Amino acid sequence: MIEQAPALIVIIPLLAALLLIPATPLGPRFAYGLLVTALAATLAAALATLNLVMVANEAVHYRMGDWLPPHGIELVIDHLSGVVLVLVSGCALLTAIYSRQSAEQDNPDRLNQYYALFALLVTGLLGMTATGDVFNLYVLLEISALSSYGLLARGRGPAYYATFKYLVVGTIGACFYLLGVGYIYIMTGSLNMADLAEILSRPELQESMSVKIGFTLIIIGVWIKMALFPLHAWMPNAYSKAGTTTACLVAPLMTKVSIYIMIRLMFSVFSVDYVFGVIPWHHLVSWLAVAAIVVGSLTALAQQDLRKMLAYIIVAEVGYMVGGAWLANEAGLTGAIYHILSDALMTLCLFMAVGAIIYRTGKSSAAAMEGLFAKMPITAAVFVLGWFSIIGIPPTCGFFSKWYLISGGIEAGHWAYVAALLFSSLINAVIFFRLIEIAYFGNFATHDGHHAAPARNEAPFTMLLPMVVTAALLIMVGLYTSEIITALVGKAIPPGL
Amino acid sequence: MDELFPFIIAKYNYWASLILLFIGLYGMIAKNNLMKKIIGMVIFQTAILLFYVSIGVKRGGTIPILEFGADHQPLLDATAYANPLPHVLMLTAIVVGVGTLGVALTILQKIQRVHGTIEEDEVLEDLRQ
Amino acid sequence: MKRLTLIILAACALIMLLAASDLPDWADPASPASSHLSPGFVEQAYEATHTPNVVTAVLADYRGYDTMFETVVVFLAALIIMIILRRTPHRRFCKILPHRPQRQGRDTVLKGAAQLIIPVMQVFALYVLGHGHYSPGGGFQGGVIFGASFILLALCYNLEFTINRFRERIVLLCCAGGALLYAGVGALCLAMGWNFLGYAALAGILGVSEAMARSHGILLVEVGVGITVMAVMVSIYYDLASGGDMREGL
Repeated sequence: MIEQAPALIVIIPLLAALLLIPATPLGPRFAYGLLVTALAATLAAALATLNLVMVANEAVHYRMGDWLPPHGIELVIDHLSGVVLVLVSGCALLTAIYSRQSAEQDNPDRLNQYYALFALLVTGLLGMTATGDVFNLYVLLEISALSSYGLLARGRGPAYYATFKYLVVGTIGACFYLLGVGYIYIMTGSLNMADLAEILSRPELQESMSVKIGFTLIIIGVWIKMALFPLHAWMPNAYSKAGTTTACLVAPLMTKVSIYIMIRLMFSVFSVDYVFGVIPWHHLVSWLAVAAIVVGSLTALAQQDLRKMLAYIIVAEVGYMVGGAWLANEAGLTGAIYHILSDALMTLCLFMAVGAIIYRTGKSSAAAMEGLFAKMPITAAVFVLGWFSIIGIPPTCGFFSKWYLISGGIEAGHWAYVAALLFSSLINAVIFFRLIEIAYFGNFATHDGHHAAPARNEAPFTMLLPMVVTAALLIMVGLYTSEIITALVGKAIPPGL
Repeated sequence: MDELFPFIIAKYNYWASLILLFIGLYGMIAKNNLMKKIIGMVIFQTAILLFYVSIGVKRGGTIPILEFGADHQPLLDATAYANPLPHVLMLTAIVVGVGTLGVALTILQKIQRVHGTIEEDEVLEDLRQ
Repeated sequence: MKRLTLIILAACALIMLLAASDLPDWADPASPASSHLSPGFVEQAYEATHTPNVVTAVLADYRGYDTMFETVVVFLAALIIMIILRRTPHRRFCKILPHRPQRQGRDTVLKGAAQLIIPVMQVFALYVLGHGHYSPGGGFQGGVIFGASFILLALCYNLEFTINRFRERIVLLCCAGGALLYAGVGALCLAMGWNFLGYAALAGILGVSEAMARSHGILLVEVGVGITVMAVMVSIYYDLASGGDMREGL
């Protein structure tokens, strides 16, 4: 049974989504239980698969329908995808537990259908991570994209226009990816990643203009999906208008999985020599990343809405990871992969804390922070810890990933990237102190000090538990950095870098 | 000119689908009416479908359904049939396109209901207020 | 702005068109796409799956994992459209909405034509679905034709008439049920000790050879696809045509 674990990762959330529809008469409690149980089983399958990979110390292959790879579709799980699978299923489980109150509040009448969309989004993200076939990747990309359109459009009023824009831009991205795959397919005749890598390493294809165009189209498509500057315009509005649970699920995971896909395609389908030797524009990408970091941070500084602020911080974080992956050295890529892990956790942590604040106060502007330490002490502590990680303060994992990225930048001699990273940390610290000031002193500024401390009004337990677990994970991952790097991330670095 | 013409004829499938593709992309980016954006999106997706299907054509090949000889055994000569794989891929892509189109039309209905218009500048004006 | 977009796109198009020079010629039998994987499919598919239509064999078996998600995409579209558009009938709403006259569909010619065409369409849909192994066809095509028969009914009579015969709840159950049948067949194979969607596992249950079991497996999943596609077509029509309130169609 254990060798079936790779397939179970994708099948369990899919079956849960399909079963949620006939289970509508059984009530919201059953739906919640089914979703949480299914995602817990998915996490268990992902952990079992990661264990298989670590024991075998090589990629685990799973043949769908028992067909041999170049003709059939196979799942390939190596150290990199194993980590991302555990990350995605773990974050999804925490969000599902968290969703109990807010999902019912947002979707009083259609909870089962909402949860089915939730489970299908998770299926899409997990399937994209696990697959070893470039066309299957496209299908799952569209599944996750479509379900995120549905989830994001559940927000009210302005969410529709934001989602429409996301839909149009997202379709352009997916179609660019599909067209790029078409070019590669014409030149090679194959769709399997391992087979493609072998065919593409032939010298006559190295210089082929069509393969270069295919590569460019694929990478641009993935960039649109991950909201890399200047293709990011759709993202902040879509994320900030969404419901609480939706934002917690979509914001941390969609961009991170896209970055995983970029790294997978760059190094598993194409190769280090191809990307950094043949592609003429590879120097420009780290400058794009620098622009993303600077613009994302500065725009975040100007925002009043908490979630919009976080969305622009994600734009900057995407710049971190893209820059790290395109620095063409080991430290940079290590930092980028490790940052996928830490950034997903810290974005999840912050979005959950902000979601709890919105749930209790009904506001999402910075003014909602007023008196937070007295009203919601645990949420406030989680919020502070998450923000420490975004800034990069030592015990949290945000520090270590930034450390690797900066050392990668120094190794490559790319000083602008290093400066942008430090600048972004500085801006994040400024935003943090501004928010803390509102949280601590907001009351005194408005009411002359003669004001009783506001009553304690902490978030409900099902919200607190996943928040605290995520915050604890931030520190745990930080403390075990060297183990994670040597056992997992280090093995994911392609040879030749 | 003498070289360009045979070149276009030999590869006219790529030319046709790429030109259609950019027409669709232009519609998606430049049109103000959101419905026209959706129409652009459909042209864009269809161009990619044509691009793929044209890969599958093989000179001298018929549709990839095996023909049976007099001895009730199928003719397994690969050169006699077109490439089945692009057809399969595009069946999937068509379905994805239909799904996206349906969702886009739905959101458009909602935009029309909330903002009272489907012109992009008027929607933005409405949002600003 | 528009002109700038036009210039940029034209430049991109020109670059891509000129780069087409190293793509293989149209219909070239020696191109990599036609010579790498495709001969393998044509030569092995019949022996392995007993399905003369190679497209069906590749679609539902070799790349059955893709097709399962394709079915899920269709289901997803119906789900999203319903979740966004559908308004729960609410008393307050009914008062605000102006009363709209119901079209009764008394046109005898239309009704007569519908009565003639719809049964034929549905039988033809089943034929297309079932004959997908031997001729162009299969679950998607059959499902669309079957779904179209219900849409024709709604157009010739009215939406209410159709909804009374094919309730919204049952439509939604069919949407999920078809996809569930597909995934369930896959999971059954997994439970029998083969890999997911390895239809050869059904050989033991059906008492046939492995290749024949694959052929039956293809038929089973095609039926699942057909049910989902049919129900999704109907569901999308219900929601989009009535704007989500299920009162009157086009």
